[in-house]
Amino acid sequence: MIHIGLIHYLIVSSILFCLGIFGVITRKNAIMVLMGIELILNSANINFVAFARYGNFGNSGQLTALFVIILAAAEAAIAMAIVLNIYKMFSTINVDEIDTLKD
Amino acid sequence: MTESVLIKIALVTLFLPLIGFIVTLLFGKRIKWLYWFENSILIITFLLAFVLAYFKLAYFTDQTIISEFQWINLGNVPILKTFTIELGIMLDNITVLMIFVVTLVSLVVHLFSVDYMKGDKRYNRYFAYLGIFTFSMLGIVLTDNLLMIYIFWELVGISSYLLIGFWYEKKTASNAAKKAFLVNRIGDIGMFLGILILFTTYNTFSFDKIFYQVSIGNLPFGTELGLTIAGILLFCGAIGKSAQFPLHVWLPDAMEGPTPVSALIHAATMVAAGVYFMIRIFPILSGDALLVIATIGAISAFIPATIAVTQNDIKKVLAYSTISQLGYMIMAIGVGAYTFAFFHLITHAFFKAALFLGSGSVIHSMHHEQDMRKMGGLRKKMPLTYVTFLIASLALSGIPLTSGFLSKDGILAGTFAFGSLTGNWWFAASGFLVAFLTAFYMFRAIILTFHGKPKNKEKYEHAKESSFLMAMPLVVLSLLSLFFWYSLNPFNPEGGKLLSSWVKPPEISVPQNARYDFMKTETEKVNEANLTEEITYSPAYTNALRTAHYPTLFTSASLALLGILFAFLIYQWKFIDPDELANKFKPAYKLSFNKWYFDEIYYATFVAGTLALSRAIAFFDNKFVDGIVNGSAFVTVKLSAFTGKFDSIVVDGFVNMTAYLSGLTGLFFRRFQTGKVQSYLMFVIFSIIILLYIFK
Repeated sequence: MIHIGLIHYLIVSSILFCLGIFGVITRKNAIMVLMGIELILNSANINFVAFARYGNFGNSGQLTALFVIILAAAEAAIAMAIVLNIYKMFSTINVDEIDTLKD
Repeated sequence: MTESVLIKIALVTLFLPLIGFIVTLLFGKRIKWLYWFENSILIITFLLAFVLAYFKLAYFTDQTIISEFQWINLGNVPILKTFTIELGIMLDNITVLMIFVVTLVSLVVHLFSVDYMKGDKRYNRYFAYLGIFTFSMLGIVLTDNLLMIYIFWELVGISSYLLIGFWYEKKTASNAAKKAFLVNRIGDIGMFLGILILFTTYNTFSFDKIFYQVSIGNLPFGTELGLTIAGILLFCGAIGKSAQFPLHVWLPDAMEGPTPVSALIHAATMVAAGVYFMIRIFPILSGDALLVIATIGAISAFIPATIAVTQNDIKKVLAYSTISQLGYMIMAIGVGAYTFAFFHLITHAFFKAALFLGSGSVIHSMHHEQDMRKMGGLRKKMPLTYVTFLIASLALSGIPLTSGFLSKDGILAGTFAFGSLTGNWWFAASGFLVAFLTAFYMFRAIILTFHGKPKNKEKYEHAKESSFLMAMPLVVLSLLSLFFWYSLNPFNPEGGKLLSSWVKPPEISVPQNARYDFMKTETEKVNEANLTEEITYSPAYTNALRTAHYPTLFTSASLALLGILFAFLIYQWKFIDPDELANKFKPAYKLSFNKWYFDEIYYATFVAGTLALSRAIAFFDNKFVDGIVNGSAFVTVKLSAFTGKFDSIVVDGFVNMTAYLSGLTGLFFRRFQTGKVQSYLMFVIFSIIILLYIFK
């Protein structure tokens, strides 16, 4: 039985982060992009909690993680509203087609 | 009546005509009667001049009143040290007599012009010009220094120019005005140089101080030659203004002006300014300078007299006679007959003005006909003009009982005395010859104009005696041509106050060894001679003058009568046919008729020379200067074309290339600007990875 240490948490969070990035970059659907962002945030949360557990920072890691969860919820709400407005404007939520930023 | 009051009167006399000029010139166009303003100003001026002359001569006979003020102070100037210029007024007997003559002649000319110029379209302006002339002439007379004399000299020149060219629509008139002005300028250059020589030497313009400096032996350039040169240079001004040989050519042409102007300016006053100037600077004229002056005067007396004999234009005859008489005065100064020069200046002013106004009266009644061959018989139509003209002619010819006889006799006696003292007899010879010629041509003019049968019936019928305003000046002037105003003894010029107590030879300032021999002061001889009368210069001269008196008196009177007799023989009684005579002496006649070819000679030499020089300079200008200018223009054009090319190819190319390169880079980088959030994110991530790799 191998001992679960800090490094394993970090590996999991890195995988999660990479999946999040991958999702954000490759998905065409804006909702899926948002979900990728959630994954990235959660990977960061794992890091916070892991460092809080194995380091001597007190409870600040856990608290920051809680804070990020709350922030993510708010962000999701706002992002959903933005996506709705984007849909209203472009009649699509495919991020590939929304490239007016170029002009 | 104190001296300062006299100075104030003199100042008012001087500036009144200027006021008349300004007012008449400014408002003359709108206010038609303004010429009476100018005329009344002249009347006041004349009265003031009379008062001035009376009080000066009666109460301050032997005094010279000078009033000076500092005009400019330039402080310390290199070479000259203190540089101050004073202006001032000097009143001596000569001045007040001159003022009287100038204002009187000016006044009668003003009055004469009222009718003579009637109907002229620039009527008031004419009177304004007469006003500025009177002002400047009074300025010349009143001043006490060389600078002011030069200023007023030029003012007189410009007013003469304006009046000669008064009818400037006539080409001949405007040309004559230009000629007079330019010829005068030649003389004035010399005069100005003379003034500058005296100023740099003595650091003052004032006559008195210069005379004093000369008399204590302080000479220009330290030699007598310097004084002679200065004197001759100053005389150049008089040559120009008094129309002396070789600058006399302007005066006959100046007759293009209105006839009263000829009377005032080109006969009586302005041309006498040169003589007046010589009288003023007489004390510093050295013997050599005087000899030059006498020579020029003798030539100027003789040549125009011979020309006047054959002229047909009545005004031309008078013009040449004026030059001849001015030559007399200049010659008189040259031979030391100072008082007689001034005396002749006064008498000549009156009778020559009378002659000119008389000719004006004739010309006016003949409807501007000046050719004497077309006149004749006017005696019956214009008796008053005839009589006055006759009296003035007698005076000019030097017939006893006239003023001209007295003054001319004085001058001839002076030349005679000069001849007997120095052996230079040809001044006297020229003087007597001219006296004969003068009588001849004046009576030729009278006979052609007033005697015989009328040659132009139509004009003769219309001729009539002039109006009161035109006749009155003639009467006044011809009365002044009689002897008793000047000397109660008709055969002795010194029989009156004028020459016996008012006008006397001045003290000579020139150093003894630079004078004529007879002007040297010889105190012992004066005491030895024990003469009862006053000494002029030296006992020898006084004696010579007294000895010369009677011979000259008889010779000149008989020569004049002989001249008149010849005139009557040829033109009145026709014993000798003038045309035959002219044919017999063809070369002499032609020489005289063509005025000794002076105009032609000057045209061939100076005018043509100037033109040739101008052409040469114009050629140089066209070919070389313009060549340089055009060449530089050509080079500039080529250079501009080159720089233009350089600009459009190299500079613009550089700019365009920069723009093109930026466009190219932009084209490359614009690929990254996809507008897609995901690709931006990719770039961010890759960049972070690269940065992490670099700063690990």
